[in-house]
Amino acid sequence: MVRLQEEPFDAGALLTAFTEGRRETGAVVSFTGYVRAEAGTVETLELDAYPGFTDTAIEAMAQEAQSRFGLQDVLVVHRTGRMGPGEAIVFVAAAAAHRRAAFEAADQLMDYLKSRAPFWKKSHGDGGGRWIEPSAQDYEDAKRWDAPPETTPSESS
Amino acid sequence: MARVLLFGRLRDVAGWRERDLDLSSLFALRDALAAEDAALGEALFAPGVQAAVDKALVRGDASLSAASEVAFLPPMSGG
Repeated sequence: MVRLQEEPFDAGALLTAFTEGRRETGAVVSFTGYVRAEAGTVETLELDAYPGFTDTAIEAMAQEAQSRFGLQDVLVVHRTGRMGPGEAIVFVAAAAAHRRAAFEAADQLMDYLKSRAPFWKKSHGDGGGRWIEPSAQDYEDAKRWDAPPETTPSESS
Repeated sequence: MARVLLFGRLRDVAGWRERDLDLSSLFALRDALAAEDAALGEALFAPGVQAAVDKALVRGDASLSAASEVAFLPPMSGG
């Protein structure tokens, strides 16, 4: 499930609700991302989304992770609008029978969210407003998941 | 009347985020916006700016109906 919201969220409460009543789940991995102050240069972060487009794109990412890693369930909550340092901006949780799938799914989802989700992000601080684009590292992180991992050892090894 | 939506830096350049314009194709709409606001025109034709019609990305031109929703999307920042 994917949810975009302007209101702050409580990551602990989201995780508690997500983990309830799971008799066949062996592993839940969650990730919470926060707004950084960047040494005081960021006073507020403004995240622009396109309702009906942004959530559809994130839903596709969540479904891809779900089928690729055989997840039992996945949850993405992302804030939009204005938020300040220390506030949670994104929450991702993945439930699977075993831990590896849950870890990797949460990792891939975050890499995709950071580099490919249709958001437009502006930081407001000392020097006025500045539109932010993904870092080179963000793009590299996301590329790790584009080719399926090599599972068959080569003959020479 | 097509509804036009701007996102990200395009909003700042134009000074608006939503307008209704009566044009029958995406390229005609973009040209009309560029003709009335040169700065916005430059921003709309900048590399990496994509267009969506009714919430689906389009490459090239597209015909618009009265109920069409057109969005101009600058490079996405990620979350």
